[in-house]
Amino acid sequence: MATGLLGIETFPRPDIEQLLERARNFQPKESGSYPRLTSCAGKMIVSLFFENSTRTRSSFEIAAKRLGAETLSITASGSSVTKGESLVDTLNTLVAMRPQAVVMRHGASGAPHFLARHLSIPIVNAGDGTHEHPTQALLDARTILDNKGALEGLRVAIIGDIAHSRVARSNIFLLSKFGVDIVLCGPPSLVPRELSLIAPGVRLEHDIRKAILGADVIMMLRVQLERIHEPTMDASEYFQFYGLRLEHLDLAKPDVIVLHPGPINRGREISSEVADSQRSMILNQVENGIAVRMAVLERVLLQ
Amino acid sequence: MKLVIRNGRVICPSTGYDNVADVLIENGRIAAVGQNLSSPAAEALDASGLVVAPGFIDIHVHLREPGFEHAETIESGSRAAAAGGFTTICCMPNTMPVNDSATVTSYIVERARRHAVVNVFPIGAITKGSKGEELAAISSMVAAGAVAISDDGRPVMNSRVMRRAMETASELEIPVIDHCEDLNLSGDGDMHECLDSVRLGVSGIPSAAEDVMVARDILLAELTGARYHVAHISTKHAVSMVAFARQRGLSVTAEATPHHIALHTGLMPPYDSDYKMKPPLRCTHDVDAVVNGLISGAIDCIATDHAPHAGDDKMQEFEKCPFGIIGLETAVGTALEVLVHSGKLSLNRLIALFTSEPARVIGWKDEQSRGALKAGFVGDVTLLDPNRAWTYDVNKSFSKSKNSPFHEHTFQGGPVATIVGGQVVWRCDGF
Repeated sequence: MATGLLGIETFPRPDIEQLLERARNFQPKESGSYPRLTSCAGKMIVSLFFENSTRTRSSFEIAAKRLGAETLSITASGSSVTKGESLVDTLNTLVAMRPQAVVMRHGASGAPHFLARHLSIPIVNAGDGTHEHPTQALLDARTILDNKGALEGLRVAIIGDIAHSRVARSNIFLLSKFGVDIVLCGPPSLVPRELSLIAPGVRLEHDIRKAILGADVIMMLRVQLERIHEPTMDASEYFQFYGLRLEHLDLAKPDVIVLHPGPINRGREISSEVADSQRSMILNQVENGIAVRMAVLERVLLQ
Repeated sequence: MKLVIRNGRVICPSTGYDNVADVLIENGRIAAVGQNLSSPAAEALDASGLVVAPGFIDIHVHLREPGFEHAETIESGSRAAAAGGFTTICCMPNTMPVNDSATVTSYIVERARRHAVVNVFPIGAITKGSKGEELAAISSMVAAGAVAISDDGRPVMNSRVMRRAMETASELEIPVIDHCEDLNLSGDGDMHECLDSVRLGVSGIPSAAEDVMVARDILLAELTGARYHVAHISTKHAVSMVAFARQRGLSVTAEATPHHIALHTGLMPPYDSDYKMKPPLRCTHDVDAVVNGLISGAIDCIATDHAPHAGDDKMQEFEKCPFGIIGLETAVGTALEVLVHSGKLSLNRLIALFTSEPARVIGWKDEQSRGALKAGFVGDVTLLDPNRAWTYDVNKSFSKSKNSPFHEHTFQGGPVATIVGGQVVWRCDGF
């Protein structure tokens, strides 16, 4: 089977380290822009987004272009999916056009894993349902490394809707492989108890103040209303108990950094003051997104 | 028309008979069981080295006809049943249209009479369209041949409607079979709620979704005096509650499926729809409780919940795939492996779980009496080889659907021939 990148859970630590190191070479640095390479010239990538996405889709596209690869981007609303075609048939049709890799985002957990069982083309998972979002975890790790130098021994608090977050799962799997102390925090209905057993080094905390105590990194997550099919806590109560505000940052380590995968909802899970503060790495994350995806695509295309 | 089955080990749990002997079938009925039965005109079948048991009964199958003939038909499903050693099957009403009227019941009975190779008994719907709102034409369906009622797959959420259904069934002396699932609790769940579901990002169905319905139904069974049967029981609390109800003297029974005793979430390949069914595969403590329920007698019988789905329907994203797996051809092999070869249950008791016990749950009487090798009972016999090694190839299945988690599994023991009304309707290669 062709090697794509379906998830972090089964992706070995040495491979993660290699990708993170490689991504460092692709960061904009002083020049202010990403390197322009030709190593993947002549390769074609199809990116298939069955869910809306702004940053991930454009990030993959820019990464591919910077490697010299050609890209074809298809979104569900304009595709044959809306005409009732099955996922397998859609993919088979695209594969017949001979791309070298597929980048895919899909609303169903396991959709790329299901396809990988039936197709031989490498698939890069750009987010599957509430399961994994591996490149997000890689770019978050790159951002943490840029600030902290190493992952080992850090304390990372992940706060918000963990239950429906593929970002959280991929981050937990990745950070756990590096011995990070991980605290998950959010309303009980969005932080199932089973999460404490999902990987070594994970504990649950329902009080945001306790969760943040001594943290090196705070990762905030959006409440994924589109995936929650039942009444939830209203926005103001959520912000009162689980929203990150400036006063919280005093509880963390003095050099704490704040991450958010975006899109952010100001005044719901994070205050504007925090989002716009010096501690916030939200735009660095976007920058690293391209560097990390260049490393991933290069690995997949040149294997 | 006479058939004599010679020299097999005849096991009839109902009579306690267990000897090397002959079984004589005359005019479609058991005529005699004993040694050296002489009947010169009879066709003879040599069963030396084999077990001769009453015809196996599966009280929970989906035959998909009318309405979903691309997935299964009464004929194809009955052939799969025969290949699994079953001589009698009861089919659930979730067809299109739903079997909620005498018209549909009669259609199934008539189609079965013409095309089925085993006995087929329809189970009628509890409510019209299985919508859970208004009672179906229960008396008419029973008059047309329905042997029980159930809204399998679409449980009756309204407790008052369930109460009325039980009152009606009690009067008609038929069991009410419930697929126990609180639909609000199970929500859009696609697998058992546990660490694996959280890890895989798949919505979970908690065991409690089954437990609360079993609890409600038992209370309603006490209120109405109905015979109440729990379909495909899968949780430890449900098993305890059934045992408790029995202690209180209620007519409460339960069935377990082969997959719920053989498989647990840990054996499920991620996002593999051949392992997706309702109730979902549970964790090991639930599986152990179901196995122990079969050993203790808290659970009365084994039923397959044979649920064919066409290939296209299962070739989708996991969350879009329908629930259910086929199971007729692998049931006996699976049960032998989990219960008998493991030393947990005697072969005789296992045979009871497939014969006299399901017959008691439904309550066939008079000329319909079955599940034992007694004179006058229907002439249905299953020949078994408890040790024959064989490998299941789903692509050679008699079912029109191929959704089985047991593909390429090697079993020790299984059916060798299936005899319905004195006619051999299936025999395995080499017999």
